[in-house]
Amino acid sequence: MPRRIALRRSAAPKTRDRRIRATTTRREARREAAAAAGRCSSSGLPRSGSSTPMESSPTHSSSSSSSLSPPPSPPDRQGRLTTTQLEQLRVEQEVFGIYRLFHGVAPHTRSFMIELWRDKHIEFLTRGLKQLGPSYHVLDANRPWLCYWIIHSITLMGESVNSELEGNVVQFLSHCEDRNGGYGGGPGQMPHLATTYAAVNTLITLGSEMSLSSIHRENMLKFLLQMKDSSGAFRMHNGGEIDVRACYTAISVASILNVLDDELVKNLGNYILSCQTYEGGIAGEPGSEAHGGYTFCGLATMILINEADKLDLPSLVDWVASRQGVECGFQGRVNKLVDGCYSFWQGGVLALAQRLLPIVHKQLESSFISGVQASAECKKSCNFTAEETGQDDNLCRDGTSHPENEGELSDFGFSYIGRHTECDPLFHSIALQQYILLCSQVLEGGFRDKPGKQRDFYHSCYCLSGLSVSQYSWSKEDGGPPLTSSVLGPYTNLLEPVHPLYNVVVDKYYKSHEFFSTL
Amino acid sequence: MPSSDDEADRIPLSARPEWSDVRPVPQDDGPNPVAPIAYRDEFRETMDYFRAVYLADERSRRAIDLTTEVIGMNPGNYTVWHFRRVVLESLNADLLDERDFLDRMTMRNAKNYQIWHHRRWLAEKLGPEVANKELEFTKNILALDAKNYHAWSHRQWVLQSLGGWENELDYCCMLLEDDIFNNSAWNQRYFVITRSPLLGGLLAMRDSEVGYTTEAILANPQNESPWRYLRGLYKGDTSQLISDNRVSELCLKVLKTGNSYQFALSLLLDLLCYGFQPSEELRAVVEALRNSEQEDTVSSNLAATVCLILEITDPMRLNYWVWRRNNLPSQVC
Repeated sequence: MPRRIALRRSAAPKTRDRRIRATTTRREARREAAAAAGRCSSSGLPRSGSSTPMESSPTHSSSSSSSLSPPPSPPDRQGRLTTTQLEQLRVEQEVFGIYRLFHGVAPHTRSFMIELWRDKHIEFLTRGLKQLGPSYHVLDANRPWLCYWIIHSITLMGESVNSELEGNVVQFLSHCEDRNGGYGGGPGQMPHLATTYAAVNTLITLGSEMSLSSIHRENMLKFLLQMKDSSGAFRMHNGGEIDVRACYTAISVASILNVLDDELVKNLGNYILSCQTYEGGIAGEPGSEAHGGYTFCGLATMILINEADKLDLPSLVDWVASRQGVECGFQGRVNKLVDGCYSFWQGGVLALAQRLLPIVHKQLESSFISGVQASAECKKSCNFTAEETGQDDNLCRDGTSHPENEGELSDFGFSYIGRHTECDPLFHSIALQQYILLCSQVLEGGFRDKPGKQRDFYHSCYCLSGLSVSQYSWSKEDGGPPLTSSVLGPYTNLLEPVHPLYNVVVDKYYKSHEFFSTL
Repeated sequence: MPSSDDEADRIPLSARPEWSDVRPVPQDDGPNPVAPIAYRDEFRETMDYFRAVYLADERSRRAIDLTTEVIGMNPGNYTVWHFRRVVLESLNADLLDERDFLDRMTMRNAKNYQIWHHRRWLAEKLGPEVANKELEFTKNILALDAKNYHAWSHRQWVLQSLGGWENELDYCCMLLEDDIFNNSAWNQRYFVITRSPLLGGLLAMRDSEVGYTTEAILANPQNESPWRYLRGLYKGDTSQLISDNRVSELCLKVLKTGNSYQFALSLLLDLLCYGFQPSEELRAVVEALRNSEQEDTVSSNLAATVCLILEITDPMRLNYWVWRRNNLPSQVC
């Protein structure tokens, strides 16, 4: 007997009248938009060869089928185009083709194209929850990730799963939970930090008491401590690799479950610091190349352990701000191709940085060399403490408030989101929404890396998360409704806001915070 | 042993006499699994047998062969890789065979965390004498995709743990000659000049590297990689960055061309924010750029003018440049 999957609206839906136009008009618009969307394949296959989460590895984009005018990038001075330039030109052609088409079509088609196709996305996502095809066996060690990508996406769109399905998810994830703590990639697999993060975020997103209380926090802390390496960093699993992803997933889980302690934090800040590169961004491990995914993981970790001021924030912000390209989306590294998933990884870094700008300013101020003043000394005085940031009213006119009690490590994630910001986003939030809606959104539902690629759940999750981050990027208060001018397309495109440190919907975060802080 | 490559010829494990003593263990998905995968029969069966030997902790040759089959179907299963390492160690297996297997797997799955982690484990066991072989292998992978993140990480690990630094700078030069926009190659170059035990470190290398980078910038001023690299050459030493004339002269030269000067302006802004005192000529060139943009606003200092020009010529980062303009150090020029 097939399981029934029903959706129910969340308690407080935003204004959403999704059926304004007549169906025939919509159908025409859809047909016209299909041409713009570049006729991508509709099968929901995961990207072959890159089945690992939190690492996007864009490969060659398929060649453009359209005959478009040459893009505006300058050629190499020697007259020869390098591989990097050729691949970039191909993507620019395809993306600019879509934008040109968008500006050329009839107004009703244009408004259709810029709409978030909720019904199609929900359909694609719920079908995945019900059943996945045989080709998904390459994600057989990522099943909590599949739950998170899908359920977080659904929740971002203001929908939720019914209580029967919620019960099934809780039950299934408990089959992935190791008896000694942590969650594996599937039943019977070793516990792994990344799938632990995915499972915990899924359970928090579901949000019921049954769901939250299913997590064994004491065992979890034991597992996290087992993954702690003598260097201060974390390894992914017993005998597994050490990197910044492992650090983030461990600290995010510990913080959100309110079990973060000094032993977990010990020497971690120095490890992350050693991964910040000369470019400004953060690498997966010391010496590697600055990368969007690791930069998010590294900065979020540093904020959660209250050591963000140790990083060179001006160069980090400069590096990330420079990653938004002419395609309007973000690339993951310098001179690499745009990819929709970095809408969250890079956009999320700038959303995090928006509330750190007083410290960035202070670092900028203290690195100024005048006469005998040495920059290193100034930098030392730039600590992220209540007294200093609170007293210095020179700092970006910011009503920053910080936790008084530095002993309570798990509180930094909570106080961070409550922080008020006077600063505008440091990226072009409308341009980013344009890339997500016009280039990553797939007509048949779901999102993709870039035109010519196939949709998948990973990109659906991180394109939607990035969309939410950009829609709320002008809001000065946490979760306050954005102005219509901050939301590209109809206001019904508005998603739920996320807590950018954990990437769970804010309401769900608050509920879990209340639950875990009273335990 | 049948390989998972030719699924048509594959004999089910249940039909193989050497497995007749093993009772397969099905996956315990619970009564109502979510996002269930419609496994193909051979995948399900192989996993069921794997679970059996894994739970029995059977350290045998056939257990290794079984992990080979599972990994062939799903190289992302870290539990299988972990168990494989345990068994290889127990049996004292031939690790050169293991490397051949891994070479084949990597060619098909070059962007998989588990494969590269296994390779690091293996190379560590084999020791310094395999350094060159490992460098050769990553070179082959990078020949297919010069920006493969895992391959670069492995290469750096090999250099640091096993050695083989001798030709690394030449290798970087070769890659950059092929594609000067390859930021991974620039990153590797930085890794070499700062960490190679043969080169004397950043300070010893700075002079020649500034020369190399300047040339690269002048050939392609729109290439962000060498601009970031140039800043990196003065990392932790901003007083040198602002006092080395070659840096400000490079900015001036690019600004004078009137083309692709965003990165020059951005570097100049950083110099000013560190306390750099600009020459009259530099001021004049920047002012001229502003005039060409018909900007009427009067700005108090050169740094603010630089921001204003960037706000117009680099509209994607309008907010960022406005923020920079509003947050200039109080004593800036």
